[in-house]
Amino acid sequence: MMPFEYLRAGNEADALQAAADRPDARFIAGGTNLLDLMKLGIERPPQLIDIGGLDLRTMAETPDGGLRIGALVTNAELAAHPLVRARYPLLSQAILAGASGQLRNKATTGGNLLQRTRCYYFYDPASPCNKREPGTGCAAIGGFNRIMAILGTSAHCIASHPSDMAVAMRALDARVETRQRDGQMEVRALDALYRLPGETPHIDHTLAPGELITAVVLPAPLNGRQRYRKVRDRASYAFALVSVAATLAVEDGMIVQAAMAFGGVAPMPWRDRTAEALLIGQTPSQALFERCADAVTAEAQGQGGNDFKITLLRRTLAACLTDLTGNVP
Amino acid sequence: MTEAIVKMDTPFADSLLDRVPAPLVGTELPRIDGPRKVTGTARYAAEHFPDGLVHGVLLRAPFGCGRITKVDPAEALAMPGVLAVIRDERMVRNGGGFAGAAAPVQGVEEVAYFGQPIGLVVADSLERARAAALCVRLTFETAPGVFDMVASRETALPPTDDIFGLFLIHTEQGDVAHAASEASALVDAVWQTPSQSHAAMEPHASVAIWQDGQLTLHGSYQSPVVTRDQLATVMGLEPTQVRILSPFVGGGFGGKLGVMPEAVAAAIAAQQLGRPVKVVMTRQQVFEMTGRRPMTYQRLRLGADAAGQLTLVQHDTITDQLTGEVFFEPAGLATHLLYAGANRQVDHKVVRTNKLLGVSMRAPGEAVGQLALECAMDELAEALNLDPIEFRLRNEPERHPETGVPFSSRALVACLKQGAARFGWPTRSRDPGAFRDGEWLVGYGMSSAARGNLFGPSRARVRIEGDGRVTVETEMTDIGTGTYTILAQIVADLLGVELAQVDVRLGDTDDPASAGSGGSWGATTSGSAVYAACSELRVRLAAAAGAPVDAITLAGGVLTAPGIRRPITDLVGNGLAVEGVAQPGESNTRLNQTSYGAHFCEVRVHAVTGEMRVARWSSVFAAGRILNLKTATSQAIGGIVLGIGGALTEELIHDPRSGKVVNRDLGEYHVAVHADIPAIDVHFLEERDSVANPLLAKGVGELGVCGAGAAVANAVYNATGVRVREFPITLDKLLHGLPPLTSATSRT
Repeated sequence: MMPFEYLRAGNEADALQAAADRPDARFIAGGTNLLDLMKLGIERPPQLIDIGGLDLRTMAETPDGGLRIGALVTNAELAAHPLVRARYPLLSQAILAGASGQLRNKATTGGNLLQRTRCYYFYDPASPCNKREPGTGCAAIGGFNRIMAILGTSAHCIASHPSDMAVAMRALDARVETRQRDGQMEVRALDALYRLPGETPHIDHTLAPGELITAVVLPAPLNGRQRYRKVRDRASYAFALVSVAATLAVEDGMIVQAAMAFGGVAPMPWRDRTAEALLIGQTPSQALFERCADAVTAEAQGQGGNDFKITLLRRTLAACLTDLTGNVP
Repeated sequence: MTEAIVKMDTPFADSLLDRVPAPLVGTELPRIDGPRKVTGTARYAAEHFPDGLVHGVLLRAPFGCGRITKVDPAEALAMPGVLAVIRDERMVRNGGGFAGAAAPVQGVEEVAYFGQPIGLVVADSLERARAAALCVRLTFETAPGVFDMVASRETALPPTDDIFGLFLIHTEQGDVAHAASEASALVDAVWQTPSQSHAAMEPHASVAIWQDGQLTLHGSYQSPVVTRDQLATVMGLEPTQVRILSPFVGGGFGGKLGVMPEAVAAAIAAQQLGRPVKVVMTRQQVFEMTGRRPMTYQRLRLGADAAGQLTLVQHDTITDQLTGEVFFEPAGLATHLLYAGANRQVDHKVVRTNKLLGVSMRAPGEAVGQLALECAMDELAEALNLDPIEFRLRNEPERHPETGVPFSSRALVACLKQGAARFGWPTRSRDPGAFRDGEWLVGYGMSSAARGNLFGPSRARVRIEGDGRVTVETEMTDIGTGTYTILAQIVADLLGVELAQVDVRLGDTDDPASAGSGGSWGATTSGSAVYAACSELRVRLAAAAGAPVDAITLAGGVLTAPGIRRPITDLVGNGLAVEGVAQPGESNTRLNQTSYGAHFCEVRVHAVTGEMRVARWSSVFAAGRILNLKTATSQAIGGIVLGIGGALTEELIHDPRSGKVVNRDLGEYHVAVHADIPAIDVHFLEERDSVANPLLAKGVGELGVCGAGAAVANAVYNATGVRVREFPITLDKLLHGLPPLTSATSRT
């Protein structure tokens, strides 16, 4: 890795000040992704600001029955937390479906949201990549693209977002709390944290320089059942080919609430509110689920090697909805 | 030093190992090097830190074919701690092969594959060397390369070398075309297997130290003496000027046989800088600049008559390799002998591609060849409406079906029958998709396994010290396989000493040369050398005690014979040493020696997603005497895991435009992980092969992988009705044949 300065921040104010002083510095917490990228020369920050000592490790219920998760809560702690297991089993399932025990012990909530794509070509400095080096082109297009995205891509980038946790959080309507450089707190919906590649795939998210994620807030869960279904090439330690996070409430035989998010298929945890709206007020049926899958995949575009993800997403979604609603005609 | 030679010209009527009262050989003895490994006191190559050590990082070619025209090291050299950017024509471009002292292909200008090593950056720390490597500026000219073997298969030519006669390039008997026209049932299809990576846990690593014109290299090599000879040739040295130490090797699988680029680069840099240099490959470099199992395109044409007798066995393989390299993937190896049939053809051709060097990988030829052959057998059994075991039983040859040579021992039939019983094969439905458990489609599959038993020259020195301790010294390696343990077991049994009295020293080229770890022969060759030494030591001890050697018993450090009871320490003076020599002989060629087995598995395929889970596994093997039940079982399990990976997950992916290895880390090169593997039941049959060697043992290391993947593929078919002939069978290849959603998601 390229030489860098290392600074350990004692508190939030110090961290924000350090970032204000060096706009090209990077925060580091668990480092499970950033250090790999630095060793490969893909990330070359001149300074790392270690936020590991900040007081962002607590989890607490919010007054409205939700949950506030400090940005430094590790993935392992979050997945195992009794409140998460009781009220947001979807989140627990998603986290435990990702990475390995060792990585989950180290990786943090904030860091997980900001992990970068696992596109093979992004990871190799010898390949053109608009995300790594804007303007060089996209080697994944026309290359080996089996793991790439089918939704939300552009002519400049077809990489997919790797997180499981973030997919669950998007289905759970998570909000992200940050501190701006000037110390102001800002709150945004999780989907507003991410941006699609468009013509600027090198910019993954909407955080301003020096802006620090301090917490993720989950609203009280929807009534009904939750499920995270991840489909991958081996039983453990593999990124999702397709994943579905869904929470669904059925009353008197009718779907009254539905929220769904999808992983492995888009440059960000994907959500389709049109497809959700289709379900509301309806009686569960295979035909309904197929219409829902039609809506989700209406704009999907394969690259050849990843065409199967369209079929796989449809089938996984329908199976997940069947699971959540019980046997349906 | 006295030499004692065992040459396999005649069978061993009996082995001394069968006369030991309470033998350790054959038991489930835990590894004697285990405590050192789990406490971190076993030092691997990269764990050596001589005074003045500096660090090298290899540079890679960022294109698939062409020539480096200019290298600008100025920026790198200006970075702190950077000592040199070395480009030396002696550096190797392709790694070395498994035999011979010839230098591998050298040079740093011509580029034959993406990721090829083209230089070394040396700095006072690994981090600084790695940073500087990113700052060396290259100018290059690319040339059109061949990156798609299948598209270029019309250009395939026969291999130029049959590798000492081990890899038969082309054989034929009878008339295959006529047999095809007459067959009652015929299978004629193509199976494809991808490039695979050995993916050993320990990356390739070398520490080179020069002193007084002598080069010492701590390396991670399976056959240090082969590596030493190649390194000496490359460096323009005599072999006596080079010493390689590989006492611990963190996995090899064929990827650490010949000298690899990091050793040569470290040696050159250490010579140039006058200080020790360490070069450890990154995980990405292991994937793209060491070696791979070549891909194959295998046409199998099998035909049978109405009685289920094979009349036609044809296996034509196209594989790929760099220009000028002699190794090829001999996928037809087991096809020569596994089944009867009068009309036969086995053929191999090679397409020259610009992709990473093809090298031996665990069970070269047999692993991927039996994947195809055993799937084809399954298809033909189905066409004949025969149970696949019954079909195999009907085609069991009495002698080698091509040469007529007898088999030294062959227990395939017993393996098939006992395996079927252990697994519960009779409950299988022959109709695909007939058995369902909720959302899971359940299938059973089976296959035969066969792996040729090889024997080669090997030496070991065994010394009884004056205090009764025994030392074994041989250049043989333990690559995780259990060599330390089995050699100690053999010595303890044959000399009648406690296991704790035996020290085994391995992996030093200054010690007697062995056959190395490879080809499933390490245990039998080094074990036979130790056997030869111990036999002679028994003669010496008997003579010293004044007893006929046939009358002695050695146990508990004491020699007993009628009327004699003497501690061994009384008989050895200041010490007794013998160098044992194992040599192949006529019996290794007069009869065919092969280890056999049979695999049975249950695979569950998710009806919605096509995800596959191997749920249950039984294998039965016959490989002569089993020297250590624990390490042999672990070897078998490891092979089966590799077979499962080969069937379902493992593929070293090349970019279609450049040959570049796309998935260069263990996150994306999918070896089967724990969660993919069920409890694996392994059973060894009692067998003694008196023709093979004085241990009466045959090779075990590569047997497990042979056929294992075919059992998986056949189970996937039995579960789904989908035949996937392009490995690995990833779920996307099954989606088209899965039940429609309505029935897939039904849980009734």
